[in-house]
Amino acid sequence: MYKYDNYDQQMVDARVEEFRGQAKRRLEGKLTEDQFKPLRLMNGLYLQLHAYMLRVAIPYGTLNSAQMSALGDIADKYDRGYGHFTTRQNIQYNWIKLEDAADILADLSKVEMHAIQTSGNCIRNISSDHFAGATHDELVDPRPYAELLRQWSSFHPEFTYLPRKFKIAVIAAEKDRAAMRLHDIGIQIVKNDAGEIGARFFVGGGMGRTPMIAPMIRDFVPLDQLVTYAEGCLRVYNRYGRRDNKYKARIKILVHELGAEEYTRQVEEEFAHLLDQGVEPPRPELERLKPFFADPPFEDGPKTVDRSDPDFALWVDRNTHRHKHDSYVSAVISLKPVGGIPGDATGEQIRTMARLAKQYSFDELRVMHTQNIVLPHVKIADLHALWTELDAAELGAPNLDTIEDIIACPGLDYCALANARSIPLAQRISERFDKSGKTAELGELKLKISGCINACGHHHAGHIGILGVDKKGKENYQLSLGGSEAEDVSLAKITGPGFDEDGVIEAVETVTDVYIAQREDGERFLDTYRRIGMSPFKEALYGK
Amino acid sequence: MKILTGNDLKTGAVVWWTGNDWSIYVDDAVDVGDQAEEIMAREEAARRVNVPYSLDAEREDDGKVRPAHIKDRVRALGPTVRPDLTLKPQSPEAIDWVI
Repeated sequence: MYKYDNYDQQMVDARVEEFRGQAKRRLEGKLTEDQFKPLRLMNGLYLQLHAYMLRVAIPYGTLNSAQMSALGDIADKYDRGYGHFTTRQNIQYNWIKLEDAADILADLSKVEMHAIQTSGNCIRNISSDHFAGATHDELVDPRPYAELLRQWSSFHPEFTYLPRKFKIAVIAAEKDRAAMRLHDIGIQIVKNDAGEIGARFFVGGGMGRTPMIAPMIRDFVPLDQLVTYAEGCLRVYNRYGRRDNKYKARIKILVHELGAEEYTRQVEEEFAHLLDQGVEPPRPELERLKPFFADPPFEDGPKTVDRSDPDFALWVDRNTHRHKHDSYVSAVISLKPVGGIPGDATGEQIRTMARLAKQYSFDELRVMHTQNIVLPHVKIADLHALWTELDAAELGAPNLDTIEDIIACPGLDYCALANARSIPLAQRISERFDKSGKTAELGELKLKISGCINACGHHHAGHIGILGVDKKGKENYQLSLGGSEAEDVSLAKITGPGFDEDGVIEAVETVTDVYIAQREDGERFLDTYRRIGMSPFKEALYGK
Repeated sequence: MKILTGNDLKTGAVVWWTGNDWSIYVDDAVDVGDQAEEIMAREEAARRVNVPYSLDAEREDDGKVRPAHIKDRVRALGPTVRPDLTLKPQSPEAIDWVI
C-alpha cells in the first residue's frame, strides 16, 4: 500500500500543528465558534448530538495493521472504547474532547493517517472496491489511480471551496462494489477495443434528498489524461454549480439542470483547454505509485476447505470472496452481529482485526462501504484458524449480503441532522430474522436504513430501504423497495404511507413474505420486485 | 417552559442552564422565560458554553424536566442504543422516557 514520502509526512505534521494552534486559540477565546467551525471541519471535527465527533480518512478503504491498531488505541485512549466504521470507508469517533483533538491527529500522523478533507465543501476521501487488488474479476488494481486522484485532490487550491462536498469512487471491474454511479464522479477503469486501459467517467450521481444515477459522460479517457479530465469535470462544476441554495448545490443538480449532453460539452471544452496546461502529473508518477500496490508473495496451497464443521462452512460460503490466486480468498469480517450496532467495533476488536491481518493477510485490511472489514489475502489453508479467532472475538457472524447485514447510519442516537433513530431498527430486524430462521431462505437481500433525508444509510439503494422522518415530533419510517447500488443500479421507490417503529419492522416481514410467495427459481428479492412490480407488495402492506 | 442547552466547549458534553451555571442533568434546567438570548450571548462570550439554543420543555409532576422534542431527549439521556453510555446506565427503562 502507499507509503508517505518526506513531503507527505511534513505536510500532515504541519497541518496537525496548525490545528493545535487553532484549537488552543478557540479554547482561549481568541476565536469564536463561527470563526473556528470551518477550521475544525477541515480537520474532520464535527460537533454532534452528544459531543465532538472526529471522522478519520481511510483512503479507498485500505489500511495496514499498524494503522488499524492505532485506530483501536485511539478508541480506548480518547473515546469510549469503540469506533464506528462508516458508509464511505472511514471511521468516526463519537465522544471526542476538543482539548484532545490535536493529540489524536498527531497519533494518526505517526501511522500516516489524517482527518483532512473528511468534511467541508471539498473533494472527500476517494472510495473504491473493497476487494481491489485481490478479486478474480478486476481488470487492474484501481487503487494506484485512486491514489493519484487522492494526491491531486489533497489541498487542491482551486477545489477547497466547492459549491458543496464532492465524492469520487474508482473501480476496475464490471461488478460494482463501490456504489460508483451514486457518486459525484464515478470512474471505471476499462479496456477499449484497441486493448488500451483507460477510464470511463460517470458524473452527477448521488443519494441525499434528490437521488440520481450518474450518466456516463465519456466512455474512454486515456490514462495519461485521467487527472486532466477530472479537473475539467470539477472546473465546470466549480464555475456553474449553485451556491445560493445548499440543497441544490451538488453536481447532480447542475448535470440535471444543464442536461448531461450540455454538461459534457462544457467539460470537453474545458478539457481541451486544459490539455496543454500541464495539469496532468507526469506518467512516471503513476508508475511510481504502482509498486506500492504490488501483489504480496502468494504461495500455492490447498484450494478447498474441510467443511465438516457446518458453522465454519456457512461462514466460508457467506463471508469469503473469490481471489485472483486460487489458493487464497478475501475474508469478510462482519461488524453486524445479531442485535449489534452496524459498523461499531471496540478498541479491542479493532486491534484483534489488526493482529489477524498481520498474521493471515499480508498486513492488509479494507473497510467496506457496507460497514464491514475485509482481510483481502487469506490463504485457504488458514481459513479455519482465522474463523476460530474471529468467532472468539465475536467477529464471526456469517451474514454477508443477507437481511442481517444491514447498513444503518448513526441516526438520531448520535447525529445532529437525523430525524429518527436508525440503529434500533437494524438491531430489531436482525434479531427477528435470526430468530425466525428466515435469513438463509431470503438469500441476498440488502436492507439499508437512513435516519434522515441525507441518506448516509444509502436507503435509496436498498433492495429494501427505510428512511426515518419526523412526523409531528414522532419517529416515522418510510419503506421503499427496488434499489441497488451495484452494476444493476436503480433507485428504490416508496411503497406508500409511513409506519411507526413496530409497524415498519412488520412491514419488512410482510414484503419478504411476498417475495417468498412469488419468487421464481434463483430470483433474489430484487429480481422478483423488478419482475412483479410494486403492486403485490403494496397490496400486502396496505390492502387493496 | 423555555430551557437552554448547548455543549461544553472543552469536552463537547451536553449541558443545560441551571440559572447560574451549566449542568449535564436536564432536570437541573430552569425556565428562562424571555431571557434566552441575553443569557446565551453572555455565556457563549464567556466560553462557558458552545452553540447554545433554547427549546420548549415541560416540568412533570415529579419535578423532572422533559424536553418537547425527541432529539433533545436523546441529548439529555445519551444514545438509546448504548444504555451503558447514558447518564442512567443502571436504568435501562430510561430509554422509554426518550421515546
